[in-house]
Amino acid sequence: MSDVPAPRNPLRRTRLPISPPRARSRRAHIYTKAAAEGRFLLQRCTECGLYLYPAREACPSCLSADLPPVEAPRGGVVVSETTIRVPADLYFRERAPWRIGVVRLACGPTMISHLHAAVREGEAVVMSFRLDKSGQAVAFAAPAGPVPADRQLREFIADPQHRRVLVTDGRSAVGQEVALALVAAGARLVHVGIAEAWKPFAGEERLRGVDALRIVPLDIASEASVMELAADIAGKTDILVNTADHVRPGGLLTRAGTGHLRGEIEQSYRGFVHLAQSFGPAMLARGADGIDNAVAWVNILSVYALANWPAYGSHSAAQAACLSLSHCLRAELRPGGVRVVNLFTGPVDTEWFQTVPPPKVAPRAIAAALVRSLREGTEDVFVGDVAEDIRRRLADNPKALERELGA
Amino acid sequence: MARRAPYDGVVVCAPVTVPYVQYSIESAQWWLGRALRGLVQATGIRPAEIDGLSVSSFTLAPDSAIGFTQHVGLCLRWLDTVPLGGVSGVAALRRAARAVQAGDADIVACVAGDTNQVDTFRRTLENFSRFAQDASYPYGGGGPNASFALLARNYMRTYGVTREDLALLAVSQRQNGLRQPHALMKSPLTVAQYLAARPIADPIHLFDCVMPCAGAEAFLVMREDIAAARNIPGARLLGSIERHNAFADEPMALRGGWAMDIGELYGMAGLGPAEIDVLLTYDDYPFVVLMQLEDLGFCAKGEAAAFLRAHDLTIDGDFPHNTSGGQLSLGQAGAAGGYLGMTEALRQVLHCAGPSQVSGARRAMVSGFGMINYERGLSSGAAILAGGAA
Repeated sequence: MSDVPAPRNPLRRTRLPISPPRARSRRAHIYTKAAAEGRFLLQRCTECGLYLYPAREACPSCLSADLPPVEAPRGGVVVSETTIRVPADLYFRERAPWRIGVVRLACGPTMISHLHAAVREGEAVVMSFRLDKSGQAVAFAAPAGPVPADRQLREFIADPQHRRVLVTDGRSAVGQEVALALVAAGARLVHVGIAEAWKPFAGEERLRGVDALRIVPLDIASEASVMELAADIAGKTDILVNTADHVRPGGLLTRAGTGHLRGEIEQSYRGFVHLAQSFGPAMLARGADGIDNAVAWVNILSVYALANWPAYGSHSAAQAACLSLSHCLRAELRPGGVRVVNLFTGPVDTEWFQTVPPPKVAPRAIAAALVRSLREGTEDVFVGDVAEDIRRRLADNPKALERELGA
Repeated sequence: MARRAPYDGVVVCAPVTVPYVQYSIESAQWWLGRALRGLVQATGIRPAEIDGLSVSSFTLAPDSAIGFTQHVGLCLRWLDTVPLGGVSGVAALRRAARAVQAGDADIVACVAGDTNQVDTFRRTLENFSRFAQDASYPYGGGGPNASFALLARNYMRTYGVTREDLALLAVSQRQNGLRQPHALMKSPLTVAQYLAARPIADPIHLFDCVMPCAGAEAFLVMREDIAAARNIPGARLLGSIERHNAFADEPMALRGGWAMDIGELYGMAGLGPAEIDVLLTYDDYPFVVLMQLEDLGFCAKGEAAAFLRAHDLTIDGDFPHNTSGGQLSLGQAGAAGGYLGMTEALRQVLHCAGPSQVSGARRAMVSGFGMINYERGLSSGAAILAGGAA
């Protein structure tokens, strides 16, 4: 995929987004969960050990109903393939010819799968679940070893290459690292928002020295500022990364009044609303606009959005509000095929977490995880040891986690 | 295995075809109603005398068979629904035959049909099965073409079958179909045209595909003494088999369930493949016919292509096959596609096949295949009919 996208012909209508088939059984959302996190989960019968696919309610060998999803071996062989030239489905009709195949997994099941162009019949493949433009999981077979860029794969991921990005806060270390990492990942243009540009900030020179990076005025707490920028670039924003944050320590009783709270709500929750209302509609409409279509909206959230950490209790609450809003946005951007990625981090190695002991997350690690997520097409990303720890403790016992965080 | 009881005292009568159209503004109820009317007109049996009904249809919703009984005013003591696609005809027949033999019903009307409105085919595909919904429909085939393409490619590679081989089948069936006034495909097909057809999903090309359409098929299963008393010509059912989800451990289907049961079918009928005068296979994609030629015992596994080259499968040939032209010529009217071989087999052994008649045909075999639930056809069935019963 080294072709640079051609300039748009202003006389042609922008191609409207269409979703591939969306219906799934509830059980099949095992694979949606797997794809969202970049894992390969299959059901496995606890009684007879059989790996199962498609999703089942009863084991076809012993009829057990105890079929939990487990990490499964990804290896398989393509036993047959076809190039669909005249699909009945409208989404695929616009993207034909389209290659699919049948993969026999080494662990047993047979999967109908989308194929990477480098995959050949009879050859070994590595399977994954990916989220398609309807937001649902599909199987994808890639060659063993390095995976070159691929037309079909690009439909399932949000590769920054050739795309235009807005990073909302260039003052923060996270915003700067994200912007630079996206340039390094091949983004054509990265807009970086800076509020009150007359105020100097650390790292400014580093940003100004990069060709593909452009500093733009943006204060997401101000609706007017967001609307003004959106009028300029919303129709040219393929990936939006909201790096804005406003971290202050303290819970409810340790801080008097609502001043801190207002800052957190203005900067994170209301800022999110402003961005969504100004940029969302244009991105929604451009979900199928060529190979540099609108593909992803990324939120960088505290992992304590998932479980309140009283030491940063009101910040956790504001983040939880943003998380809830992200699920609303995800549903609303879904018809455009634009995915909403939530990147959860533990305390970041910045001044506002000064007193928090390590491990802390380096801003560069967040940037690297973000680029990896876009390239792999994941939707829920946990960066660093603390975030992963919270994810696992939450999945294991939410009540225990609540008591532990409140200790 | 204990020998299966013969279908004594039962006859199969009155093959009815409601001529197909590509698109219809009518409902499935209309098409099935026409088919029932056809049965009544062909035999003089009054609707009040019909006490059993078997229905196959993909587009009858929101009705099921029971709602349809009130719609057409039938008072029944036996009612069956056979949602088995290409196996519907064989399955409906063998169930109805046992019901009649056991005295649970005297006269069973077996009807299959579907409408085809402009959106029908897509909606049927979307809601076909849970595995299809979860694990094949999202991959873009939007229907059976891609699923069969994956099966066809594997079969063709394994047994060295070429498109030139498949062309022989498609061309012979079109020759047969040209004798049918109501065939949707009305122009001759040459090998060159077959080979030059537009690719749909490699290796499936346009003339491998059946045309979805609207239509209905029907027949009666009744007590032999009633048929005799009313002078209704009928055929005897010499044997039948049905199999679902066979060979589930094989990674890609190279054979159908017939391979498990074919010995039983011939054993029950007391004859062998050489004594079949007309063969009606399920021809939704020509390579499926090749699988049937092998699995039904007309040639060894992997030798169907050589068989095609050695035989003439037209009506007047040495191996009359799909004499009506099959779905490849007539179209696929949904579930009626699973009845089309059955009604043609009846016509052949009852000697009322008109321009398609194979002279002296006494025994016909019908086989059905269907239900691509996920990556393979799950259902197969076959039956042998003999003429001269009443």
